[in-house]
Amino acid sequence: MEILHNIYIHHYLALSVALFGIGVFGVLFRKNAIIMFMCVELMLNAVNLALVAFSKMHGDTDGQIFVFFIMVVAAAEVAVGLAILMMLYRNLHTTDTDSLNELKG
Amino acid sequence: MLTEYAFWLLSFIAVFSGIATIISKNPVYSVLYLILTFFSIAGHYFLMNAQFLAAVHIIVYAGAIMVLFLYVIMMLNLNDLEIEKRSNILKMLAVASAGLLLVILSGAAHSVDAMHVNANNVTPAGLVEDLGIALYRHYLLPFELASILFLAAMVGAVYLSKKNLNETQA
Repeated sequence: MEILHNIYIHHYLALSVALFGIGVFGVLFRKNAIIMFMCVELMLNAVNLALVAFSKMHGDTDGQIFVFFIMVVAAAEVAVGLAILMMLYRNLHTTDTDSLNELKG
Repeated sequence: MLTEYAFWLLSFIAVFSGIATIISKNPVYSVLYLILTFFSIAGHYFLMNAQFLAAVHIIVYAGAIMVLFLYVIMMLNLNDLEIEKRSNILKMLAVASAGLLLVILSGAAHSVDAMHVNANNVTPAGLVEDLGIALYRHYLLPFELASILFLAAMVGAVYLSKKNLNETQA
């Protein structure tokens, strides 16, 4: 694998920022809880990409180990989160977040 | 030269399918576009010579997590969503705050010193050997604690998906 001559850390950071922004926008814009959940995954991946780029920039494995643990946490998060979504659907028959207003005063 | 074209192509695919994820009406299409995003991110890992992470990324995300999403969407039968009705003010606020965050983050990213991302950096970090040594030497304790986290997540998922959770609590 040859060296990426004209690709600087800026390019990876720009891509990472773009993906993170898309994820934030999706969480704010959509109402379906499953889509919001997927946008959270997208944000985690944007951070992973930045971490790997920094790890490669410094020639250090630590960044990639962090990415590894983020993946671990994401997998655990998805398991519990989708179980919560199933409970939500079983009780309310929708995954629309606006219907979760039982605590509203 | 070829790797630079690959970089731009993969970046375009990642951003395009990321946008398609949040604007498609059908959740199944969202999942498929998100899988495409994950594959292009895995391609970026390959370009950066982080092969182990690329493989793990495809196996864990495209292979396990997104299949779980698809399974839940099929089980809940969410194919025909009613049109989402968010008020226009909330939509404007979402656009404004996401755009503001984007501006701030890109401002922060601009102030980073320009450095090459070197795929063949002095220590060939990213191959299975280096990651394995780092993981089982310096990061042994977090690695073992991750198993406890998974156990907790498993117990939580099993408990939450019990059929008669309401009756036992009420």
